[in-house]
Amino acid sequence: MSTPPPIANPSRAPRRGPRNIDPASLLAYSLPLPAKVSILHRASGALMFLGLPVLLWVLDLSLRSDRSWEELRSLASGTLPRLVLLALAWSLLHHTCAGIRFLLIDLEIGVSLPGARRGAWAVLAASLALTLLLALWMFGVLP
Amino acid sequence: MSGERRTAPPGAHYGIRDWLLQRVTAVLLLLFLLLVLGRLGISSGSGYGAWAGVFAPLPVKLLAVAAFAAVALHAWIGMRDIWMDYVRILPLRLALHVLTVLWLVACLAWSVRILWSV
Repeated sequence: MSTPPPIANPSRAPRRGPRNIDPASLLAYSLPLPAKVSILHRASGALMFLGLPVLLWVLDLSLRSDRSWEELRSLASGTLPRLVLLALAWSLLHHTCAGIRFLLIDLEIGVSLPGARRGAWAVLAASLALTLLLALWMFGVLP
Repeated sequence: MSGERRTAPPGAHYGIRDWLLQRVTAVLLLLFLLLVLGRLGISSGSGYGAWAGVFAPLPVKLLAVAAFAAVALHAWIGMRDIWMDYVRILPLRLALHVLTVLWLVACLAWSVRILWSV
């Protein structure tokens, strides 16, 4: 296993040894696209972790009875609930697409630099496109 | 004897187990997602009946419980990695680990109750 090259930190004197980059200094760098997809994988996972009660509440209303189903339908007609559901839907879609990409990378598919960039683009585009379709359906543009 | 010990890599060896568990649970969840979407696709009706019908059979309920357990394990490893990367204060990190486990166990118990309500 080769160690990655050290990242020059413009704001601090160089330190020895491996370390994580703190979230604030992340803003000082322009991350390559695969790195953005990677951090969004983490962020979307954390969002779903925090949103678990919301997801379970939706599952509960959707399964308990046809009356609670209708209750859910009327609840999900507001703009704010729809945005919350869309954020969680994007999280699931991005996390799933990026997860499939990471599994393929484990199989050494798409590990070259152009391949990794293409894969990252595909993940970002697919999850955003599917979220957009879902949004259009939710807001009644699509049947 | 001492030669063997010198060649053995150091550490508690749960890193590779967790790495593998993260991927096994991911594949299981992917399969479960496809199963639910597939069953929803082949059901003729729509609305509440079709949706509740997916989860009505006992085998699907049992698979769903397994899937939610996989979510809990997957989320535990992921969140633990996040806390380990960003939280340096050890007591705070420990508290977050405990809260994460409690959060996931509570959600898992709730999901079982929801599944058996249909």
